Amino acid sequence: MTALAHVPTSAGEPAAAPRRSRSRLLPYLLLLPGAAWLLIFFALPLLQLAAASLYDPGGSLSTGYAMTWAFDNYPAALQAYWPHFVRSFAYSAIALVLALLMGYPLAYAIAQKAGRWKNLLLVAVVAPQFTSFLVRTLAWKTILSDNGALVGLLRDVHLLGPDGRLLATPFAVVLGLTYNFLPFLVLPLYASLERLDSRLLEAASDLYASPLRAFQKVTLPLSMPGLIAGTLLFFIPATGDYINAELLGTPNEYMIGNVIDSAFLVRLDYPQGAALSFLLMAAILAIVFGYLRKAGTEEVL
Amino acid sequence: MRRWIADRWVMGVALLVLGYLSLPIVVVAGLSFNRPSSRLSYDFNEFTLDNWTQPCATSDMCDAVVRSMEIGLIATVVSTLLGTLMAFALVRHGFRGRAGINGLIFLPMATPELVMGTSLLALFVAAGVPQGFWTIVIAHVMFCVSFVVVTVKARLSGMDRRLEEAAMDLYASEWQTFRRITLPLVLPGIMAAALLAFSLSFDDFIITNFNAGTTVTFPMYVWGAAQRGIPPQVNVIGTAMFAIALLLVGASTLRGRRARRAALVAPVAAVGTPKSAS
Repeated sequence: MTALAHVPTSAGEPAAAPRRSRSRLLPYLLLLPGAAWLLIFFALPLLQLAAASLYDPGGSLSTGYAMTWAFDNYPAALQAYWPHFVRSFAYSAIALVLALLMGYPLAYAIAQKAGRWKNLLLVAVVAPQFTSFLVRTLAWKTILSDNGALVGLLRDVHLLGPDGRLLATPFAVVLGLTYNFLPFLVLPLYASLERLDSRLLEAASDLYASPLRAFQKVTLPLSMPGLIAGTLLFFIPATGDYINAELLGTPNEYMIGNVIDSAFLVRLDYPQGAALSFLLMAAILAIVFGYLRKAGTEEVL
Repeated sequence: MRRWIADRWVMGVALLVLGYLSLPIVVVAGLSFNRPSSRLSYDFNEFTLDNWTQPCATSDMCDAVVRSMEIGLIATVVSTLLGTLMAFALVRHGFRGRAGINGLIFLPMATPELVMGTSLLALFVAAGVPQGFWTIVIAHVMFCVSFVVVTVKARLSGMDRRLEEAAMDLYASEWQTFRRITLPLVLPGIMAAALLAFSLSFDDFIITNFNAGTTVTFPMYVWGAAQRGIPPQVNVIGTAMFAIALLLVGASTLRGRRARRAALVAPVAAVGTPKSAS
């Protein structure tokens, strides 16, 4: 443990030879347990998943799988489940747009307008996360229920037909995704907007910029790092989510996660499940890197 | 008037969004006092205190809560230790392969949980490891470590190194410097990381679901019960988790405020004492 306190000794003190070699080894010793854990239980499994995605699809868990380099697993999986892929990306894209419309004003208000209420409002954003994700998602079942006040109100003002529902529709799933991942968007955005110097906005308005133009030219560019980090933190888990689709939707709203879950845990079709997982990761990575390149801020990573 | 609106519409929207974020919590708290009309009903039916007086009426659920806490505690201790060591290496030392280590720490945070869960399942199956309590712990440590590293690193790199140098100048040994200066200064970061790790572990569903075998954690219990009918006690646990976390936040804020006040008062008191003594 002494090792942790390694502080450069003052120049006058002669550094003993064995000590120096120990301190050269030290960073590797500190890194070893954590790095080994991540290599064995994060990186190695990805390789195993890649291998599993190329297993002979004719095998089964009980008889064992043969490695046949079955690259056909990929087109076959895609052909069977492309609507679920499209749905996953469409739902999370719509949810992202909704989250931006709600999250940007919220982050801006907390960062720039809240004054001494700032910390309280931040707690209000984070606090719902303290309760179980699944329990909170189930609460939406009560809120959107056919017998609930919200559906009753919407039926009364004829926004919904007399038999119209909110639950078990794409609307409910998108609403759930927006709700569940909104804080991941708001917090990095808040961190960026908090550093925004309000005098820059005053300067813009002194120079006859309209509020809209000041937003475009000052606020938005300066909040870009938080905006990029926030959209990624929202988009990645939202696309891979299947809890909202399962609890708030029906099989018609199932996303790719529902398919992968059942491939591994119900149908026990490992090659297909592995191929679908890899396709999901590849699609997300492609979008993330394309987006980062376009946004031109690779230092976010 | 237009100015007034222009100044305040952002705050108005923000409060509406906060309402949207808080609504489910209010509903969970309300439902914890509900006697549902049937097992599969999610609507408010009748007020009762029974769920709070008998939270363990469905004993499966309480077993699952206890199991989640055991897993959470073990995963927290291990991941906090591993992550803190890594953070020290990253902030305090130069070494080869820094980019690789940074990538190894960043990637688990950017990978969809679904992919981490299925790939670990593929590994355990291929290696013939039976799934259960310990495979869940292994998985939880894996995804918590990165968050611990990031949290402790932030605290460590914001620290004033001159305090440690001053201690060494005053003939403190390395160990004394670490015990008396470094550790107390980093401790809030380590505690924050541990709390984060525990809450990530306690609430994880997706990765756990693929690696649990027949072991049931609290989120897994809720998932299974959603199909069979949710006992209202689930909402008691949900409300209690929220209240406990809020109390912790409140307590640490109060303590921080008191410490800050003490820090303001102490120098004044130190200057004041000799005067009043003389």
